Amino acid sequence: MKKTILPIGPFHPLLEEPEFFTFHLDGETVIDVDVRIGYNHRGHEKLATGLTWDQVPFLVERICGICSTSHPYAYVLAVEDMLGIEPPPRGKYIRSLIGEMERIHSHLLWLGLAGHFIGYNTVWMWAWRYREEILDACELLSGNRNHYAMCRVGGARRDVSQKALDFTMKALDTNEKSTKMFLGAVADDPVIHKRLKGVGILTKEDAIAYCATGPTSRPSGVRWDIRETDPYDAYGESLEAGAWKVIVTENGDVFDKAVVRVLETLESIYLCRWLIENMPDGDFQVVPGEMHEGEGCGHHEAPRGEVFHYVRSDGSNKPIRHKVRAPTFSNLPTYKASCPGEQIADVALITAAIDPCYCCTERVGVIAGGKHSSLTQDDLVKLSVEKTMEIEKRMGVKSVLNKFK
Amino acid sequence: MGLKTAALKKSIWVFHVACSPCNNCDIEILDLLTPRFDVERFGIVLVGSPRHADALLITGVANTHVTPRLIETYRATAKPCVCFLFGACASHGNFFRGSYNVPRRIDEIIREEDPNAIIVYIPGCPPKPEAMIAGVVKALSVL
Repeated sequence: MKKTILPIGPFHPLLEEPEFFTFHLDGETVIDVDVRIGYNHRGHEKLATGLTWDQVPFLVERICGICSTSHPYAYVLAVEDMLGIEPPPRGKYIRSLIGEMERIHSHLLWLGLAGHFIGYNTVWMWAWRYREEILDACELLSGNRNHYAMCRVGGARRDVSQKALDFTMKALDTNEKSTKMFLGAVADDPVIHKRLKGVGILTKEDAIAYCATGPTSRPSGVRWDIRETDPYDAYGESLEAGAWKVIVTENGDVFDKAVVRVLETLESIYLCRWLIENMPDGDFQVVPGEMHEGEGCGHHEAPRGEVFHYVRSDGSNKPIRHKVRAPTFSNLPTYKASCPGEQIADVALITAAIDPCYCCTERVGVIAGGKHSSLTQDDLVKLSVEKTMEIEKRMGVKSVLNKFK
Repeated sequence: MGLKTAALKKSIWVFHVACSPCNNCDIEILDLLTPRFDVERFGIVLVGSPRHADALLITGVANTHVTPRLIETYRATAKPCVCFLFGACASHGNFFRGSYNVPRRIDEIIREEDPNAIIVYIPGCPPKPEAMIAGVVKALSVL
């Protein structure tokens, strides 16, 4: 049978960001999907090696505007891991509070866009209207609506006032009511049930095989949340106090992904409230002290999944290597498992259901002779073996790799 | 003021071109369409094709991969059109000025394509929605 190819992108009204999809169709059914990225690569890792340790949080914040606390959060955790310093409790609580506020606004943003994709523009308008209150609270807490710049090596960058915390409490109260209203609307509406249930199923096996993280894997029954599995800052204490819990469901379809996000929003609201009520007094930052050689890792549960940062230092005032791994990087390939066999009308929703964030993802691109190409596994192995052999030659060691030739 | 410019100012239809943004200006632009700011009351509508657009809302820096697509989008837009460069990245490159993958500023690219292009800069990282509306109003009042 003749195959139809449907290209979407790079500038398309459906997409906020530039990316390029190729759908291979048989009639209305999707057979295969191909994602071409590279429109968003700005060279963050290289730029980070040219900035001082304290300037890098401002740069990594601009990796992504929606999860703009997650990247600096993971970065400062990595540097603190390397230096072995412990921030004071108030600094930890402020960082966690901002991280959770970000999760609330990011999940509401996704809910609105998902409503927009299935044609419920009312959901879009309402979700974004209730999101505004959270953004107001963020502005009062940090001074900006989106790029908060609250993370710093050794604690929080600035203190929060009691007035701002009181305002945040009020915003959380109104937001809890509206989120519960959304939960009722999603759970009761027969049209949403028909439209979302059983669509784009990602099985538990596939979620593990593709290394999916965050709200892409938890609806498939994979219990993996960095805040619970490897607690840091205020998350361990709040979990012990029973302030919040991890949401896991079993079905793995788009409906479950929506339900998990709405329930997580509620849990984040409870956690924010707990953090404000138990906010300790005292210092909110320590001076990091002398920089020494070493390497460190940090990870944070971003709204989209686990974000991972690695830094290495040679004792100077700049990192000599900085590596970023964003959640969408591992969530993107799940399209291969969830898209084929679905109707083309559902694909927009399935691709949106992982809440893709391409500006986080784009780390590797190869441009040679004006042509953009991507490397296959074999090419990478070949390159790697060649490099090892070259180093062996330079060092005068007898090679054991000849069999790869 | 020519007839075309007078007609352009009435109710501008916009096309959103996200070059290589961090998404932040983009979500603030979408925010403008939602109830608190609601720019549709001024007749500003987001359209699906550059052929229908009076203005391009450009965010982010232009990397090597996206530059030819940006030029193509500008060519496809009906002239006269206004290019709004939202945010620090689009205006002057922000952190990414020295990056290996960001060869030129967006205004340089557009000026090379069309020396008479109307370019409006709205700085800020990200500009607040109020600043975006103020920028658009200011630009339309001097046209």
